[in-house]
Amino acid sequence: MAQYQNIFTQIQVEGTPDVPPPINPDFRIKRTSMSRLIGFLGNPQVGPFYLGYTGLVSIVCFFIAFEIIGLNMWASVDWSLSEFIRQLPWLALEPPPPSGGLSLPSLNEGGWWLIAGFFLTASIILWWIRTYRRARALGMGTHVAWAFASAIWLYLVLGFIRPILMGSWGEAVPFGIFPHLDWTAALSIRYGNLFYNPFHCLSIVFLYGSTLLFAMHGATVLALSHLGGEREISQVVDRGTAAERGALFWRWTMGFNATFESIHRWAWWFAVLTTLTGGIGIVLTGTAVDNWYQWAVEHDFAPSYEDTYEVVPDPLLDPSNSDLPGMRGESTAPYEPTRYIPEPEAAPAPAEAAPAEAAPSEQADDKPARAPTEATPSETP
Amino acid sequence: MKKIALTFVAVLVLIGAVIVYDTTETSEIGYPGVGMQTTDSVSNLEEKIAYNEIPIAIPMPPAAGAKAGEIYKNVQVLGHLPAAQFSRLMVSITAWVAPKQGCVYCHNINNLASDEKYQKVVSRRMLQMTQHINEDWQSHVEQTGVTCYTCHRGNNVPEYIWFDTPPEPNRMVGGGMATQNRASENTGSSSLPGNPFSTFLVNDDHNIRVQSAGQIFPSNRNRSSIKQTEWTYGLMMHFSNSLGINCTGCHNSRSWNDWSQSPERRATAWQGIRMVRDLNSHWLIPLQPIYPEYRLGVMGDAPKVNCMTCHQGAYKPLLGQSMLKDFPSLSRAYAPSAELELELEVEPEPMPTKASTDEEG
Repeated sequence: MAQYQNIFTQIQVEGTPDVPPPINPDFRIKRTSMSRLIGFLGNPQVGPFYLGYTGLVSIVCFFIAFEIIGLNMWASVDWSLSEFIRQLPWLALEPPPPSGGLSLPSLNEGGWWLIAGFFLTASIILWWIRTYRRARALGMGTHVAWAFASAIWLYLVLGFIRPILMGSWGEAVPFGIFPHLDWTAALSIRYGNLFYNPFHCLSIVFLYGSTLLFAMHGATVLALSHLGGEREISQVVDRGTAAERGALFWRWTMGFNATFESIHRWAWWFAVLTTLTGGIGIVLTGTAVDNWYQWAVEHDFAPSYEDTYEVVPDPLLDPSNSDLPGMRGESTAPYEPTRYIPEPEAAPAPAEAAPAEAAPSEQADDKPARAPTEATPSETP
Repeated sequence: MKKIALTFVAVLVLIGAVIVYDTTETSEIGYPGVGMQTTDSVSNLEEKIAYNEIPIAIPMPPAAGAKAGEIYKNVQVLGHLPAAQFSRLMVSITAWVAPKQGCVYCHNINNLASDEKYQKVVSRRMLQMTQHINEDWQSHVEQTGVTCYTCHRGNNVPEYIWFDTPPEPNRMVGGGMATQNRASENTGSSSLPGNPFSTFLVNDDHNIRVQSAGQIFPSNRNRSSIKQTEWTYGLMMHFSNSLGINCTGCHNSRSWNDWSQSPERRATAWQGIRMVRDLNSHWLIPLQPIYPEYRLGVMGDAPKVNCMTCHQGAYKPLLGQSMLKDFPSLSRAYAPSAELELELEVEPEPMPTKASTDEEG
């Protein structure tokens, strides 16, 4: 008997296509083919592929979103193909500026982002409907659809639910490879370190737990394959030596074993809870909690280190710093440079305002309300 | 099979050893175990040390003889110096700033007093700026101070300066993204806003602080957005780049805003931000009409400074070596000592410097 000793499938069963299950065969398109290459990774039979109207519309919607994002990125490098390829990981389609709130912005101010988001969301939800309906058509449970729904929940929180709760599309994630990663870091920085968000902690536990469970389960089944271990479902109800040995292995090594059935529930819940708890963590960020570190300290969730340094006072609160030339006080007491006698025709006015503010102030149009507080003094006294 | 496995392990260990050998140098700068460290690779450090070697200073002539202002015409800033000390400084400045061109870079050789060259007007202003920094910004430069060499390093124009970024003619996306979402060297190859300087380093119109301190729940007191945070983040990446340190050089990254957990260096950096704003808005931008067009940016703006201009990858410019102590007249407070009223007979020799061997003029 051949054995599995390779990450690739070494035995490929090729012949007449699978006998259809006892359901209405109209649901399935009959065209199939065999692929030796695909057979190395899975079943060599390709197809039948069910498209259906949800699948079709989903693909069209995805294509529209993909095009809008890609063309916007290309436009942002002024339609230069070489720059588009070179800078692709950095390019982005950004959401509207926060100053616009939830209003509908013009196309080049985030309008394209909203349209792309709409079509991408439509595509994803239609694909979800498809997974649900295909499972039902086959008489399956809908576990795949609900696991997918958990991921969609996180996606919707990031791009739709949380921005609406925060009252600004500008809070949403940009479309882009590095930009969405920089956004993630910026989110954490703005809201006082997401690592102190307990739901973020849970999400990480389930994420890493998922990989651990996947490794444990995959390894167990592969290790038992020469004893029929990959016939998992039959071993659930009719435990053979594979199931017995696998169970005993884990009881020997860690005192407890999941069953051939329950391991799949463990894995499913870990995977589903990753995005479920992650979404809860994000939806609370900025809406219910503004500084997760502060939250964690006040709830004895984060330790505090005493005497790390000689405490540095905030220089902004030091009155002796209030008349520094770089501070706002300067406008009432213009700073006089010493002994500078410029040539008459080229006389620069030293106290004149810098000619460089206009552009940046447009760029950072998301200037916050500058009301100072005792706790968070704005830089304008 | 066993042999293969053993060989594999041996190769891995070897690779690991090689990696560890050109190792990183980590110094703990905070409470043990909290990751407050600065990290550098040894080869990187050696490069840094070589790059930041300071030129040898010409011996200081005694403060004797006539004042420069009495001998020469149109000496507006350094007229109070004894002529010998004045000449020493001029020669030194030549080596620091124009080692190739020599005196003629700033002076009309037939009339040294003439202000006809823009370079002379700018360097006079730069001398005053240096004095201003050393005098009024000791909160940042401390007693170490700065000299022309801190920024120039043998170049006519310091290597690291910045200009305003032109708004890009975007057909689909908004102009607000002009400097964002590009591979930006300014911000450590991130896609963060690539020119945080125009926003933060000219005036204080934009708040750098974005976190809520001492407050758990959201309120309208702090409405900083994530996009705004990206601007701050971009500026901080520039700091990190310029100083060759990571975030933990100034912050305990568990709570960026918390001063009580921050190294003292953070307060020095805070003063530095104000210093750079002062220099840009009061000293450098006003020089704009004096420059010829080829010295200006695409937006017609004057060259400006940021952290990189002086630091050039070192946590302290020139790794903290003070050149000011050899050139005290670059501080405004300096008055030549009256005790050494001796006749000066020896002309100072031209100074051998590292800068003069640089290929770039």
